[in-house]
Amino acid sequence: MTKMEIANLVHERVGLSKRESAELVDDILECIRGSLASHENVKLSGFGHFRVRRKNERRGRNPKTGQEIMITPRYVVTFKASPLLKAKLNQEDES
Amino acid sequence: MTKSELIERIAAGRGITRREAEVVVNTVLDAIGDALAAGDRVELRGFGSFVVKRREPRMGRNPKTGEEVPVPGKRVPHFKPGKELRERVDRS
Repeated sequence: MTKMEIANLVHERVGLSKRESAELVDDILECIRGSLASHENVKLSGFGHFRVRRKNERRGRNPKTGQEIMITPRYVVTFKASPLLKAKLNQEDES
Repeated sequence: MTKSELIERIAAGRGITRREAEVVVNTVLDAIGDALAAGDRVELRGFGSFVVKRREPRMGRNPKTGEEVPVPGKRVPHFKPGKELRERVDRS
């Protein structure tokens, strides 16, 4: 599924124009990105949490050359699905 | 930022009502969840992609009693941040 398909669903279900729907989908993604870029976690109840975590410097290896390199400390985004989303993915399996 | 803060920001940015923004946000999140439940991957350019990973059934252990219990296999969502998100989060 792509952004365009999501925008089409918004257009169909909410009744906004295709253009408005696409802009709103972009707004939502940009709002989440902006929040994470300023290292603010994003909690979407019923869906999941996006968290910014700091990773320390560590020793790594170039898998192609086998050469050892230092991986610089960095900030990364992790996603933790809400119990509701996890349940949604396992509905058929449980019945 | 919580979901209601996201809804408020979207409403304010576009000049739509809070209620309208709420319906749109919920539609987007539901659409992603439905796609994943159907086993689809969701690819959002510049943001990231959601994929479903399968966990095999395994034997677990009740830490209190030490008793072995079967843990059924399950499907779990996984998010991989896209390039733009990765770079913006790391740069700041």
